[in-house]
Amino acid sequence: MADGTPTQAVEKPATPPGAILRPGYDFATLTDKLAAIALSRRTPKAWFFGAAVGFLLTMVLLASITAIVFKGVGLFGVNVPVGWGFDILNFVWWIGIGHAGTLISAILLLLRQPWRNSINRFAEAMTIFAVSCAGLYPLLHTGRPWLDYWLMPYPNTMGMWPNFRSPLVWDVFAVSTYATVSLLFWYVGMIPDLATLRDRAKKLWAKILYGALAMGWRGSARHWQRYETASLLLAGLATPLVISVHTVVSFDFAAGVVPGWHATIFPPYFVAGAIYAGFAMVLTLAIPLRKIYGLEDFITLKHLDNMAKITLATSLIVAYGYGVEAFMAYYSSNVYERYMIWNRMHGPYHYMYWALIFCNVIAPQALWFRKFRRNIPALFCMAMIVNVGMWLERYVIIVVSLSRDFLPSSWGMYHSTRFDWSMFLGTIGLFLALLFLFIRILPMISIFEMRAILPEAKVLEAEE
Amino acid sequence: MSESEKRAAGPSIAEARTRLGALEGREYWRSLEELLETEDFREHLHREFRVPIDSGVNRREILTLMGASIALAGLTGCTRQPTEKIFPYVTPPEELVPGVPLFYATAHVHGGYARGILAKSYEGRPIKIEGNELHPASLGGTDVFAQGFLLNMYDPDRSQTLTERGRIRPWSSFLAAVRLALEKERPARGAGLRFLTGTVTSPTLQKQIAGVLTEFPEAKWVAWEPAGRDNVYEGARLAFGEAVEPRHAFGAADVILSLEADFLGSGPAMPRAVRDFASRRRGENPNRLYVVEATPSLTGARADHRRPMSPAEIEAFARAVAVATGAIASAAPTDPFVEAVAADLKAHRGSGLVLAGESQPPPVHALAHAINQALGNSGKTVTYSEPVAGGPVNQAAALGELARDMELGRVSTLVIVDGNPVFNAPADLQFGKAMGNVGLRIHLGLYDDETSRLCHWHVAAAHPLEAWSDARAYDGTVTILQPLIAPLFGGKSSHELLAAFSNQPEKSGHDLVKEAWSGKLPGADPDLAWRRALHDGLVEGSALPAKAVRVRPDFTSEARPAAPDAGLTLLLRPDPTIWDGTYANNGWLQELAKPLTKLTWDNAALVAPATAQKLGLTTEDVVELSVGGRKVAAPVWVMPGQAENCVTVHFGYGRTRGGRVANGKGFDAYGLRTSTGLWAASGLAVDKTLRRAALATTQHQYAMEGRDPVRAVTVDAYRKDPGVVARLGEAVPGPTDTLYPKLPTGSYAWGLSIDLASCVGCNACVIACQSENNIPVVGKDQVARGRALQWIRIDRYYKGGLDDPETVHQPVTCMHCENAPCEVVCPVNATVHSAEGLNQMVYNRCVGTRYCSNNCPYKVRRFNFFLYTDYTTEILKLVRNPDVTVRSRGVMEKCSYCVQRINRARYDAERENRPIRDGEIVTACQQACPAEAIVFGNVSDPEARVSKAKAQPRDYGLLTELGTRPRTTYLASLSNPNPTLAPASRAEEKKNG
Amino acid sequence: MSGPRLYGLMAEFEDPTALVDAARRAREEGFTKLDAYSPYPIEALTEALDIHDRKLPAVVLGGGIVGGLAGYALCYWCTVIEYPMNVGGKPFHSVPAFIVPTFETTILFAAFAAVLGMLALNGLPMPYHPVFNAPRFALASRDRFFLCIEAKDPKFDHDETSAFLMKLSPRVVMDVEE
Repeated sequence: MADGTPTQAVEKPATPPGAILRPGYDFATLTDKLAAIALSRRTPKAWFFGAAVGFLLTMVLLASITAIVFKGVGLFGVNVPVGWGFDILNFVWWIGIGHAGTLISAILLLLRQPWRNSINRFAEAMTIFAVSCAGLYPLLHTGRPWLDYWLMPYPNTMGMWPNFRSPLVWDVFAVSTYATVSLLFWYVGMIPDLATLRDRAKKLWAKILYGALAMGWRGSARHWQRYETASLLLAGLATPLVISVHTVVSFDFAAGVVPGWHATIFPPYFVAGAIYAGFAMVLTLAIPLRKIYGLEDFITLKHLDNMAKITLATSLIVAYGYGVEAFMAYYSSNVYERYMIWNRMHGPYHYMYWALIFCNVIAPQALWFRKFRRNIPALFCMAMIVNVGMWLERYVIIVVSLSRDFLPSSWGMYHSTRFDWSMFLGTIGLFLALLFLFIRILPMISIFEMRAILPEAKVLEAEE
Repeated sequence: MSESEKRAAGPSIAEARTRLGALEGREYWRSLEELLETEDFREHLHREFRVPIDSGVNRREILTLMGASIALAGLTGCTRQPTEKIFPYVTPPEELVPGVPLFYATAHVHGGYARGILAKSYEGRPIKIEGNELHPASLGGTDVFAQGFLLNMYDPDRSQTLTERGRIRPWSSFLAAVRLALEKERPARGAGLRFLTGTVTSPTLQKQIAGVLTEFPEAKWVAWEPAGRDNVYEGARLAFGEAVEPRHAFGAADVILSLEADFLGSGPAMPRAVRDFASRRRGENPNRLYVVEATPSLTGARADHRRPMSPAEIEAFARAVAVATGAIASAAPTDPFVEAVAADLKAHRGSGLVLAGESQPPPVHALAHAINQALGNSGKTVTYSEPVAGGPVNQAAALGELARDMELGRVSTLVIVDGNPVFNAPADLQFGKAMGNVGLRIHLGLYDDETSRLCHWHVAAAHPLEAWSDARAYDGTVTILQPLIAPLFGGKSSHELLAAFSNQPEKSGHDLVKEAWSGKLPGADPDLAWRRALHDGLVEGSALPAKAVRVRPDFTSEARPAAPDAGLTLLLRPDPTIWDGTYANNGWLQELAKPLTKLTWDNAALVAPATAQKLGLTTEDVVELSVGGRKVAAPVWVMPGQAENCVTVHFGYGRTRGGRVANGKGFDAYGLRTSTGLWAASGLAVDKTLRRAALATTQHQYAMEGRDPVRAVTVDAYRKDPGVVARLGEAVPGPTDTLYPKLPTGSYAWGLSIDLASCVGCNACVIACQSENNIPVVGKDQVARGRALQWIRIDRYYKGGLDDPETVHQPVTCMHCENAPCEVVCPVNATVHSAEGLNQMVYNRCVGTRYCSNNCPYKVRRFNFFLYTDYTTEILKLVRNPDVTVRSRGVMEKCSYCVQRINRARYDAERENRPIRDGEIVTACQQACPAEAIVFGNVSDPEARVSKAKAQPRDYGLLTELGTRPRTTYLASLSNPNPTLAPASRAEEKKNG
Repeated sequence: MSGPRLYGLMAEFEDPTALVDAARRAREEGFTKLDAYSPYPIEALTEALDIHDRKLPAVVLGGGIVGGLAGYALCYWCTVIEYPMNVGGKPFHSVPAFIVPTFETTILFAAFAAVLGMLALNGLPMPYHPVFNAPRFALASRDRFFLCIEAKDPKFDHDETSAFLMKLSPRVVMDVEE
């Protein structure tokens, strides 16, 4: 531990508009500043506030889960015909959010987009936490949650196996694979930074913790070579995976017969929707975080601008999806399909549909304007609108479609209960709690990848 | 020695032994004290199980009391065989095999009239009611009440002891009290003695009462049935000069005009009437039904031409038809409808039928009789006999007289035999208050109810399935009711109660009934005759002989036209599911959706759409109904097809001491019922309040939204081109072929066919299914949340305008699709297909994702959102069918085609090493159906009835365009409108147009 | 032999270019047992040290193939062989349905192969390694670049080698004990 003292970077020029990193950093200052976030004893007030909210709501979650398990799933608003309500709705919502992380780290890595380096780490973390929140819902929406393990293929005395034709079993495979691979990807990506923390740490417990996690990483050139190969391969694997996950989730509906579910457009438009929601959530998190931790140097306007552009692009795809749904309904001249669209627009839930159109189609058009994209408060609001919009989309698809299907005699309405809401708030709490823990003890920005984009990281070609 | 010494010495063994010796058969006793009924045992009982006389009892107390007393009765989970010999229907008792049910023929007595039933009994536990094919009123069919009354027997809220002012007393001290009272009455020859019963058709009871009345000539017998037939008898008296019982042959009638006679929904001839009527609706020589009525009924729903009319309009209409058919001479203005109906009736002399409902005033009945006679229908489609019921002909008058006598203190002893007048007597009589002047008030009843609260003595009654009795059917045919189980709570039958007033108080119900019939039964050997009667469930040739009567030419002078109703009219009717309140504590019937409103757990004030508009009312608004200074608050239900300015309320709800299920449900419409306006009262005021009530209905949608779940065509159109039904489904083309390889099928392929032309929507199948398959009751809140659990639902759709729509019914069971969408999506293979084509639900494999329900296009799957099945109330376990799994929380369930019945048939067939015969398997719904609309069988056998049904061009499947290939299919409904009256066939024109 | 044995000589450099240059020079000099340590991956360095390890992709491919076969076999065996059932009239061998689990298992196995393979080939986790004894080596994870020539290199001679390293103008050259 020679000169590991954090040396504050002396006054540097302001960030030029296009830059993805504020000039003036060198290996040492960059390393120390980023490592300090996890190592320093001083924790910002905002962190305590956020963490408190998170843990409080997590308690709400635990309470709700207890009630559901002891009293029964009837505490939710579900009924016949609307057998799925907030439970599956929020499952899809969270899974969708979980997509940006892997997308940023994998696809943008393959596309060699250096700007991703400063946001991929916490985007991946966000993925993992979102997926854990999502996972809770399918587990708890069943009538007998203690038997959920029956969805896993394992030899048992009943001699029974899951039904591999059921989209729910596909979900089990897809979501669990996705969670596992994301976790691997996230951890592998952190190893070199853990080593950094190990070498920077002062306290014994920190040394031990980070030392153990770093697994003795020492930055050997041979290791780096295999490490890079592994990262590329993982990215190559994660890319189709991330596409497949929301495709499979969309199969839950597309494979059904319900008008409003049974549509071939679903997989692409769910994936687009997922990316859309995911980037919105990254923005929702990145904007406050860079403020709290003074990371404007690393998460620059350029980043926000890029993410806003992707949000806009995906919103257009989603809008196209809505259009196709309506057109196909009309073009099929199928009485059920036509009624489904009519019902969305004019039925008892029409306000949901129009709110959704506003959030996901109309509002994002503001992102065409550079001024708007670079206006941080405006961008934050937009991200919020998108989060709501995607929630509404799932509401319209799941609840509204189910409430009126084929036989008018069995049409019904869905009314959410306070347990639906407490579960929802609870998972948001869990998400926040995990996120704040992560920020506090792990490097939320990939240090070694940031080093790689420093100008001095270039190896000047030795002329022969 | 003194009492105290005796007690110290304790009960003597010798005494006990002698007492035991005296006991016949199996009887349980817990201790010597109990056996000998020693003083301190009685005191102990007293301390432990005192029930306060006023309703200071909360549910918990009641429950503990129930539990404790059941335990005391020594029947936790097991039952007692009656001590007398009774005879099984199919298998003689010496062949009693555990697990094999026995069927006993008995009867369900509804409003006094018997409908023959078979009670299915497992190890002495009646668990299911089925129709008795031999019985004229049943012919194998049942109605909801027959299916449901079984549950009342196992009701934990039943009163379980004999009490005096709420204190438990032994039978002996009751007898002593009666003796004492009779001695007091004797000098005045019983002038102060009154017996109040329901409508009594039981020859034995009539004989017993007659016996008492001969001993006490001044005593009076009063009968009161809230939904009684006074008008029928008065109408007959008006027409013929004597009270006779009209008997209708619906099978023989080609043209039927119903003047608000709901013979398909209620009435003494149910379910026979439905059977006969439906037999003429299936295409070949169809009948035609005209209905005029004020409030929609099942009969009106089935009519080829229906007109909503206010009571006065109905009378005017009847008069007009009478004129047009030449029944009465007068010049009345006529309209095309009258003309058409009259013409049709005249065109079918001798095969037409006009009948008036109980709710119609005597003149209307008289007019009906006159028309029938004029057209020569009398003796053909309608015959007459002596009244089936005994006792006073005009019950309302008799009851009024009784109330007056009580008020004037002329009554010293009132014996209420199985009635609840305090609740259901006309409000103006203030029966409860009047009773206060009666010296000794005795009440026999199943429940400790509103009346027993005001009585000194309350005798717990034995349920009809627990006691010996007899009763007459609508045509007089006698059934001897045999008990399937000894009284669970040691209740007494009405015969045993009456015996207490005779000189042989200790006679058992069995002896009383048997002795009443000794020598009267057909056949040489009396013992054999007795066995035969019990076995068949009826006494051969006991039907009342037809009676020739002539209409008095001058009756019209007495029947002067009623004044046209001014303003709003209040109509009072018995509730379609809990009747007059008798079944108010029956969860099955409470949760059963009323056939037309689809309302559960509540009654409402039915208002015509136009009237609602005029008064600014919407469904669920709470209004205050006031007529003649009496007020009742009721929620509004806007009812398509209701006559304008008529507000219908159903009585039977608003119980205060009806039991845990009944109390506080709905509003008490009896509060508006007066002895002058039993069925209708004009001058009704409706005041809207600011409150709103939450009503739980099982169907929110009225219209078919341009889809064709129910296909209906006219007989003519169908005759012209049978392909018309198939073409109705062409709106959405379905798949023509499949890529999938044909999967191997077994030797049987089960299928169901439901004939919508026959179905009248009576709900019998729903309760039959609930009883057969242990379907729990979920309660109003859960129904309101869309979690009703019945496996069969009867969809009700309206066609045409709001004011007078066509109504169609469609029972929906699981379709058992060959390509079932539900199965594919189940992640754990909890619902899979059997080789015989059953869509099986494996409860213990289900984890409850509800995906199957979402993906079921018919939405026939039901989910246990909570633990609906009652695991704690011991006695309710007795009513469950041991062949059917009891479902726990968190699992999906649905119609199984009564797989337990299929399997039983399979065992039998395999034992006898033969294939299962056609018709050997009868599903619960099929068995109950009075209309024979449901046929189950093996569709792979072209000779099977079900295959023949499905072979008809009327056959169509629901949502076949989805490629589900349902095994349950429907036969399109047929109507037979009068060609001269176009509008009624509008719906069908729309289709072909 | 007294005192800790020598593991090798470690030269510390200020910037990546120097390290890459030094690495190349050392290999031209004929050293074989040498390794470089940097705070971030430097592509040029792999050429300079001419590290050619192609094992990992093969491992991942293997993992993927095994995963795919396992996944499909699972579906097939359960649904067609072990307990065939008529589910919604679908054929027992429902190929399209089986594709989804198969795909997911393929990815899963391949991903595990990639991570575990990488760790295994790198010999991680490795709680102890001599290079950590080098003073200032902690900076390898911050801003410094190290080149280490191991003692077991045939051409290794303490004085000559350190002299050679000094020629590469490092910040400092130090002994690394085992």
